Amino acid sequence: MKIEIITPDRNIYSGEVHSVRVPGRKGSFQVLKDHAPIISTLDAGPVIIADEQDAEIRFEITGGVIEVKKNRIILLADSAVQG
Amino acid sequence: MANLKAIRVRLSSVKSTRQITSAMKMVAAAKLRKAQDAIVQLRPYADKLNEIQAGLSAALRDTEIENIFAERKKGNGKVLLVVVTSNKGLCGAFNANVLRETRRIMSEKYGDLVKRGDLAVITVGKKANDSLRKLKCNIIADHSDLYSGLTFERVASLADRLMQFYVTKEYDRIEIVYNQFRNAAVQNLTDEVYLPVSMNVSGGTAAAPADYIYEPDQVSIVSELIPKTLRIKLYRALLDSFAAEHGARMTAMHQATDNATDLIRELTLQYNKARQASITNQLLEVVSGAEALNG
Repeated sequence: MKIEIITPDRNIYSGEVHSVRVPGRKGSFQVLKDHAPIISTLDAGPVIIADEQDAEIRFEITGGVIEVKKNRIILLADSAVQG
Repeated sequence: MANLKAIRVRLSSVKSTRQITSAMKMVAAAKLRKAQDAIVQLRPYADKLNEIQAGLSAALRDTEIENIFAERKKGNGKVLLVVVTSNKGLCGAFNANVLRETRRIMSEKYGDLVKRGDLAVITVGKKANDSLRKLKCNIIADHSDLYSGLTFERVASLADRLMQFYVTKEYDRIEIVYNQFRNAAVQNLTDEVYLPVSMNVSGGTAAAPADYIYEPDQVSIVSELIPKTLRIKLYRALLDSFAAEHGARMTAMHQATDNATDLIRELTLQYNKARQASITNQLLEVVSGAEALNG
């Protein structure tokens, strides 16, 4: 599935991934392939991506919103730093 | 016949002016490209945010949304103007237009408020601050420093402050006066209502989003998205103004360079004529002097 992490300043990350863990408002949750469509607001916290080689990539976001639809994830972050 | 030396001095001064204006034009062009890039970068975020919000609010009725930024029935009627200009001049009518519009708003649209002292101004840009301070406007804050590094975080903190002003009922209406960027040569002068906002997003042609899971729920997502869109709105306005400034400066400097080139051509012609005339004069003197000796 494809993910795009976008902040107002720039596109932080885009690519194919296996899974994504995000800090949802009602608790952290993981998105895997064929996840049901969801729109959720996000708290400040870590976004953890497992890319195609299952390597872990972490971003710290300060809040945002995520939309998952048909294996396409769009994460709008207020701000994000890798690490 | 014009003085040779005077023309030469003038010519060299015009030449150096042209050098400056053409350098400024080049710098403005480079900055314009960067500013335009920033606008392009913002677009995917803004579009997606609007899409999600439009999809959600189309499904909800206006009354259901907890919108603390909605229009108030009763209030103190105070208005806050955010006037956006540039920090630097030499960009044609860019700043003059904004300031003229601001004065017009203050004398026509909100004349009564100004008399009662119910109109406050926040300036972004030294030019606005200088000129409005001379007019003895009620300037409550100046954010000219935003331009040194126009990032989303810094603009967002100003946006949050504006929202705070509205929520705490300090002001009932906030408007932004700025130049919208059309292209390098054209700016649209805009007086935009920033707050209150209505959630009735025009169109409402949302593709049936019925099968989404919403977390926590639709109403709170929409309410949470409103401040985000407001931050984006201000950021977009500032980026627009920034790009428009460089576009205006580029055009103005292009024109100045052209004018200087014309002037140089004219002056060179004058100079050559004067030089030729003085040579002819000297020849005449030599010849008539020789003739007088021979005679």
